[in-house]
Parts: sequence; C-alpha cells; structure tokens
Amino acid sequence: MDHAPALTSASPPPEDEGALTKLHPNYAHALRVRTTVTAIPVLIAALVVELVLRKEALLPPGVIAGPVLLIAVLLILRIPARRYGARGYQMGADRLRVVRGLLFRSDTVVPFGRVQHIDVQQGPLERFFGIATLTLHTAGNHNASVALPGLGEELAREMRETIRSHIRRETM
Amino acid sequence: MNAVQRTAPLSVLLGAIVSGRGAIISAAAIAFSGIGKGERLWLALGVGVAAVVIGAGIAFVKWRRLTYTVGEADIRVESGVLSRTARSVPYERIQDVSLEAKLLPRLFGLVAVKFETGAGGADDLALQYLTAAQGEALRRLVRERRDEEQAAPTSADPAAPGAADDAEDSKVLYALTPGRLVTFGLFEFSLAIFAVLGGMLQYVDNVTAIDVWNVDLWRRWLGEQGSTVAHLGPYVQVAAALAGLAVLVIIGVATGVVRTVVRDWGFALTHSPRGFRRQRGLLTRSDVVMPAHRVQGLVIGTGLLRYRFGWHGLSFVSLAQDAESESHVVAPFAKMDEIGPIAAAAGFRLPDAATPWHRASERHRTVTTARDAAPFVALTIAAAIFAPFGLFLVPLGLAVIAVGANLYAWEFRRHAIDAAQVYASHGFLSPTQEIATRLKLHSVEIAQGPVARWGGYATVHLGLAGGHFAMHGVPINEARALRAAVLTTISATDYSRLDAPLGKGESQALSAAQPGFSANLRAT
Repeated sequence: MDHAPALTSASPPPEDEGALTKLHPNYAHALRVRTTVTAIPVLIAALVVELVLRKEALLPPGVIAGPVLLIAVLLILRIPARRYGARGYQMGADRLRVVRGLLFRSDTVVPFGRVQHIDVQQGPLERFFGIATLTLHTAGNHNASVALPGLGEELAREMRETIRSHIRRETM
Repeated sequence: MNAVQRTAPLSVLLGAIVSGRGAIISAAAIAFSGIGKGERLWLALGVGVAAVVIGAGIAFVKWRRLTYTVGEADIRVESGVLSRTARSVPYERIQDVSLEAKLLPRLFGLVAVKFETGAGGADDLALQYLTAAQGEALRRLVRERRDEEQAAPTSADPAAPGAADDAEDSKVLYALTPGRLVTFGLFEFSLAIFAVLGGMLQYVDNVTAIDVWNVDLWRRWLGEQGSTVAHLGPYVQVAAALAGLAVLVIIGVATGVVRTVVRDWGFALTHSPRGFRRQRGLLTRSDVVMPAHRVQGLVIGTGLLRYRFGWHGLSFVSLAQDAESESHVVAPFAKMDEIGPIAAAAGFRLPDAATPWHRASERHRTVTTARDAAPFVALTIAAAIFAPFGLFLVPLGLAVIAVGANLYAWEFRRHAIDAAQVYASHGFLSPTQEIATRLKLHSVEIAQGPVARWGGYATVHLGLAGGHFAMHGVPINEARALRAAVLTTISATDYSRLDAPLGKGESQALSAAQPGFSANLRAT
C-alpha cells in the first residue's frame, strides 16, 4: 500500500476551524422547557407505579418515584446547558457551518452555492422565546436539510437574506 | 405540436385484460368451492365476465379523462375521473425519459413512458400506454426541447451538430452476450424461489382442505420419513444431508440464472453525444436514456465470489433511479477494463496507480473488530459456564471469524481525493468503490460518535444528489483537510451551473472552471 503524502500537510483555511458563534441564550431555556415537558409523562408513569405498589405494600414508599424524580431533575438542570454549549455555528463568506451533538458530534458545512431553498421556522415555544430555526435544503441525499435552531428571530431572517442574496448573485 | 393528445386506445383493452386476469383466481375459487352447486360454473364465468366489463369500463373512462399536451416549455398531463389533476413538468427538469414495456403491453406494441424528474417513484410523471413509435417520438421531442432550452442561454451547445439523428452517432459501449449472461446468473445465487413456494403453499391452504400451517401434519410426515432415515445409519444420514445441501445450491443457482436472464436479456448500453441509452429485459423490455452530465457519481460493486474472478458491476448515481435500486445499473457484470471506457464516457476517471489512497485509521479497525466480536465472545463465556462442554467452541469460532473478517475488511477501507474527484472504498469480503466529482457535492459533514472522538477518527459524509457517499474511519486531521479542499472546489461554482451539458471529450470536472485538473483523462 503506497501511502501518499498525508493530507494533513495542507493547513486548512481558518474559516472552517475558527471559533464558533454561540446560539441565542434563550435557546438553552427553550431546551429546558422541552426537556421538562418530555419528562412529565415519565414522572406520571413512575407515580402511578408507585401508587399501585403502595397498595401491595411490597416496597418502602418513594423507592421508584424518588430516583426517577432525581434523574429527571438532573437531566433538566444539566443536559440543556450542555447541549447548548455543544451547539454553534459559523457564518463564512460563502458557507455556513453547523456544529451539534453531545455524544455524537456532527460538524456540517453547506456552501451557499448549493442551497436549494431556505426555511425560517418558529414553533409556539420558539415564538415565546423569540428564537427561530433556520433550515437550509440541499440537493444531496445526505443532509438534504440542515437545521440550525436557536437563532434570534431577527438574526435568522437576516441570515436568510444574506444567503439568498448570495445565491441570486451567483446565478446571474 | 401543442394539441391535446390521448394515450393509445389499446390501453382500454389492456385494462380489461388485466382486470380479467385479476378475476381468474376468484372465479377459480368459486368454481372449485361449494357455492351455488350446479350453477357454480356459470357463476364463475359470470364473475369473470363482470370483471372484464367493469375493468374495461374503468379503463375507458380513465382513458377518456387523461390527456397530455406537449407544450413549448413543458409537458402537461391532466387526469382524474372525479377530481382532476393537472401536472406540468418543464423540459429542463426531466432527468431522463424511460420506455418500459411489460410482457402484455409488448404483445400489443405498447410502451409506458416515464419522465424521471428526481421526485422519485410514484411522484414521477408516467403515461401508460403509448404505441412504441409514439413513445420514441415523444422521447426524441423531449430531448430536443430540453437541449434547446439549455443551449439558448449559453448559445454554444457542443452536442448540436448532427445530434438530431443520434442513431448514427451512437456506439455500443457494453453488451451482455447470452454466454456472459449465464455466467453472470451463476453468481446471482438466490433462494427467492422458496419465498414464491411459500406464497403458493399459502394459496393451496386457502383453496384446498390441506392445512399447511398445521404443525402436526408436518410432524407426522417428518416422523414417517425420519424413522426411515434413522434406520440407514450415520454415513447415509450425512450423505443425505450433503445431498440436500447440494440440491439447495443447485436450486439457488438455477433460480439466479433464470432471474438474471429474464431481467438482463439483450442488455445493451450505447453512448451518443446526447448521453447514454440502456436497453434490457426478456419479458419486460425497458429502454432508459440518461444524459451524461446528469451522472453524479459512480458505484462499482462486486460480490463475494465474483470479485475472486475479476467481475464487477457499474452503476450511475443520478436523480433518476431504477425500480429496485438507488442507481442506474449500466454494466451489471464486467471486467475492470470494460468499465474504464464507460466511466470515461460519463466524464469520470477510475482510480489507478497514481490515486493517492489513504487507509482508514487503525483505531477504527480495532474498534469495529472489537464491536463485532464482542457479542460472540460474551456468548462463548456464557456457553463455557452453562452449556455442556464443547459447545462454547461454536461462538468462539464465530468470534474468530468476526475478527478475521474485520481485519480483512480494513484492507478495503480506503479513501482518496485528487484534483477533480473523491473516492471511497469499503466492504466486508469484497470492495465496493464509490467515485464522485468534487464539484457535484452539496455539503460536507464530519460525524463523530463518542468512541470515534476517543479514537481520533471520523466519518465524512458528502452530500451527493441521488446517492450516498461516505468515508469511514478517516483520521480527524485528514477529514478536516479533506473538507477544506472539497469546499474550495464547491464554492467556486454555483448550483445553477452544475448541469451544463458536457462537451466532446470534456470531463465532469471540466464542465466548469476547475483549476488543477490532471491531464490523465485526455489520454483515455
């Protein structure tokens, strides 16, 4: 096997490896609310099991609901902040880089020249917190749509305009 | 040619026949059942006739209500009996036009015309059925209109001179001779016939009194046979088992040959300035045209056994697709030196000695090996403790095989990037190679799981229209450099310029300004 000179010798342009821009701080709050909402059914289920078992008087009270509550609180306090910390983006002159994932990290770059269309979405929760999700659609099967949640509402629209103007200029 | 047109009137007849064919089973069921005693034959006949009449009626109304218009800029199809649908497809969005003739329409000289737009499957526009001549004319028209549109802004269509009559210009790039076809079939081992038999058993179960899902019946039958076998002694038992296995292999190979011959009979790939044209099929004859500049990438696959004999298969990745796979098969069974010219005609260059291949990270190899062997090792430990002595050898053997296979798979796990293209190769016991043009990629993602982060490697996903392209186990620094290199190429050209038709002798990479292109291709 002939090993060619390593690709690493060419130092990558700083644009792809530079510091990431943080998302809107409200995104962490929105994540926290969402985690809480997901945790509620689990908590209710734990309470139901607890009540059923209490009638049987098999286990000391709180042995099931207690740990579940503890784990849920830990998750609600810890995970949204860490996920917020793991996410970030970088707006280059001709490309957008989106980084996400705590355990499974993904680092995607979409060149503006390959964007098919652009969405700015807001769910009810996002509207309340004044943030929005910017989604870029490409023609590739993988990463057919790259979503960047947690942008300030104004910023998301601004970014959309920037990317759009870029596409139009190149097409003409 | 802006007039509103209808599909061939014979389609109505075809609809009636298909409907009648569907009723045969229920008619037969009535004829053999106890319904209606003496008159049941008449009843069965009545059901059949009713099905044909109703089928013909529906087919006629559908035929009356479906019209198509070949316009200046698009094709419009209006259809629907109660709720009407009008669909318009602009010529420039049509990836290719395929003609498909199943056995029955073929007998009547009819074809189904499909306009592939990349929308995929059911969303594509289809006209069933036109006469073969109409279909051919329509296809030619679409191609001319599309090329006119594309030629208009650039005003320099390299394919224009003499392209109207492409029958003269085209040359056969690849064809399957009957002998080669049978060889191909030998490698297409398939046990699909048992699925068919299972379906037939179910049918027997429905129609007759034999309950095939009754376990006792089989146990009794096996018991009768089994006691006979038990008298024969161990050697004969082993011989019988081997004979059974041999029969299974023979059936599998025979099924493979038959299926392959039916699917790929008369396979021919021709190339003209306008693109590629593929014809194949014994019973269902299909005829697909693909413009060369719509080819996004190549996949060179092979099989466990056929790889040992030097056989490979070539597919084109594009937005259009075959019924059963993601890509268009253009050379299902060929030697590498036959694949080279086809790839060159599509503007691609196959990897050669100069291709700077890089191996996947060794840690990636260790991790995948450990991951695949772990369940067997766990089983071995469990078996050694709980099962009778000696049984643990089975999972242990499997664990050893898993380790060996993974170490071997690492041999194939490579990636490369050169001035114009990216390459990836992977596979367990035989390699699958993917080749794509740097220019025609849409996004680059570096993905890492927790183990990959520890190991310092990543999976690089490249966005490819109509297909997937991934490099596994790439050391993280290499992955970053690779991404930077690919992005420089992508950003240089906007999406709207990607689809410019290829000129003569032009490569995919050259269809836009692309610095650093190596001269190797011109030599081919």
